[in-house]
Amino acid sequence: MTKPLLTVRDLTMRFGGLVAVDKFSFEAQSGHITAIIGPNGAGKTTAFNCITGFYKPSEGSVTLHHPARGDFALESMEDHKISRVAKVARTFQNIRLFGGMTVLENLMIAQHNELMRASMFSIAGIFGMPSYRRAEREAIEKSMAWLERIGIADKADEPAAALPYGQQRKLEIVRALCTDPVLLCLDEPAAGLNPKESDDLGVFLRQIRDDFHVGILLIEHDMSVVMEISDHIVVLDYGRKISDGTPAHVRNDAAVIKAYLGVDE
Amino acid sequence: MSNAQHDPSHEKGDVVAGIIKRSLMAVAIAAVIFAPTLLLKTQVSQISNTLFIRYRWEAFAIGCGLLLIWRLIYEFRALQNARAHHKSSSRPQARENRFGHFVGPVLLVAAIAMPFMPFTDRYILDIGILIITYVMLGWGLQIVVGLAGLLDLGYVAFYAVGAYTYALLAEHFGFGFWMCLPLAGIFAATWGVVLGFPVLRLRGDYLAIVTLAFGEIIRVVLLNWRDFTGGSNGLSNIPRPSFFGIPFSQGPDGFAATFGLEYSSLQRMGFLYFLILALALLTFYISSRLRKLPMGRAWEALREDEIACRSLGLNTINTKLSAFAIGAMFGGFAGSFFAAKQAFISPESFNFMESATILAIVVLGGMSSQIGVVFSSIAMVGGIEALRQLQFLKAVFGPDFDPSQLRLLLFGLAMVVVMLWRPRGFVSSRTPTVFFKEKKSVGSSMISQGRG
Repeated sequence: MTKPLLTVRDLTMRFGGLVAVDKFSFEAQSGHITAIIGPNGAGKTTAFNCITGFYKPSEGSVTLHHPARGDFALESMEDHKISRVAKVARTFQNIRLFGGMTVLENLMIAQHNELMRASMFSIAGIFGMPSYRRAEREAIEKSMAWLERIGIADKADEPAAALPYGQQRKLEIVRALCTDPVLLCLDEPAAGLNPKESDDLGVFLRQIRDDFHVGILLIEHDMSVVMEISDHIVVLDYGRKISDGTPAHVRNDAAVIKAYLGVDE
Repeated sequence: MSNAQHDPSHEKGDVVAGIIKRSLMAVAIAAVIFAPTLLLKTQVSQISNTLFIRYRWEAFAIGCGLLLIWRLIYEFRALQNARAHHKSSSRPQARENRFGHFVGPVLLVAAIAMPFMPFTDRYILDIGILIITYVMLGWGLQIVVGLAGLLDLGYVAFYAVGAYTYALLAEHFGFGFWMCLPLAGIFAATWGVVLGFPVLRLRGDYLAIVTLAFGEIIRVVLLNWRDFTGGSNGLSNIPRPSFFGIPFSQGPDGFAATFGLEYSSLQRMGFLYFLILALALLTFYISSRLRKLPMGRAWEALREDEIACRSLGLNTINTKLSAFAIGAMFGGFAGSFFAAKQAFISPESFNFMESATILAIVVLGGMSSQIGVVFSSIAMVGGIEALRQLQFLKAVFGPDFDPSQLRLLLFGLAMVVVMLWRPRGFVSSRTPTVFFKEKKSVGSSMISQGRG
């Protein structure tokens, strides 16, 4: 097997006396969908925030192997650099779109750094230089291609807050994809979706995985989605990893069943 | 229409009857309260030295009448809002947009033509300059408050930095206005970054308090650093700007003689007027360009959601600092113009009241509308000047009545009314910075105010 895309080693996160994540280690492969599951309060989102730089882990290492750019130690990088340099994109459990901006603008902001360079930090932009105008047109085309893919191209000029919930979820994923990530981290992407929308999402994520060969790391509660689409599942309980393997393996793991259903004493 | 199945006329009658009923109820309750407070007044009789009750029916009627009017306005607004919710929210905003496209050029033509009008005298030009200065300051502050969503209560500090930069450079180094203008902008922008650094982590109220303090610090330093700034005596004899090297003097080298005109002190005023107009238009051009560029879009994204910005790789520190710096830069330009126009500056010109006025102009005009700022400047600055002209009110309220003393009261009243009606200001929608097919405005209800 090639070098894993993401290697997490002994990740520990303490909030005062509370150990939210305890010596958590796992690997995620490029071109695979890796799911982190676990009961409520197991530390999934905390682990996620450590990987994407929103928390600084107390201990442990998070290494991203970018196929072109080399290795990055994510645990010591600032969150915006993790997105910009290491190319790790994320979405949020409670959708964080720029509600007062249009759907297209949301995707343009995801391409901010390229556009900023093209506008020469606004200097070329103010004078309307053709190089910037071309870059802007390309960014719009790229955004529109994504919107067509999720079937909301006709809503490009609507404010993002006006979209129905399911489309907002998809838009947030697409916005993350507009940063050209190598690892896409999704925090409960199916939360609040109806069964039909969940199925669509599963199909969409697998397409993304296959077409762009990105690694997808997701936290999910909806077991039908997780079992259906994941290549690899990691189970957390009380901050510790209790199981790690293929969906079939995890499904039959006694420790997992115990954590989810409890056992008779 | 959503209520097509109902009989609309019948429904409308019901609604209006409800409004009138509720309004009359409100007036009835108010009458109970007003009766002892407004209607009855005990007075000491001059003749018999006893107390007696005087009935003030006129005050009572005015009180009830005002309440009725207010209540009706409130009810109809609520009705309109409820209807707007039924319809697509973008429709009224589209009208607002077209209105902006039409009004902007008309205002510009009016502004250019104004000095050439026969009725224009020194006083009118002076007010014109004042209004345009506030428009420019409003546009500058709008970048920080309206776009980036960072509440800045100390904006006048940058105005002061610009003014003192010009005054001091002219005094010590003999620099001219045109050389000092960019320097004032750079200095003010530097101070914007200096202020920006410590407040990067602050949000909302805390940010407002620190920026307020920063504004006061600058003023107090200017007041107390006597050797350098002249303290409360201020700096005087600041050189006036010349017409690209030609002074506005009466001599043979002067502007009038050079261009074969008859000398008039109005020529300098006219020049100053066009100078501030040009500076304001520069502010308008740059800030409206920046808004459509990645930098401006990042400011607005920052206002909408800072955490999402970070997840998309935006350096929020740079974004905030650039908003502070560019907003401050325009304040600095305006400040050096102010120094050049007044020829005298002192810390008194840069007190908190100025910051509050500029902020009020932005808030009243609309956080994301440049044309709104123009209207609110005209209303706030021009309106207050107009108060001085209302001499006929003395006939009504007696000779001691000075309407301009009411300006703070009117100020506050205008604020309250606008906040009730249009919480995001007079022109409240925002125009997208980029569009695919059709530019549709975003309704104010969707735009977040920014907690930064």
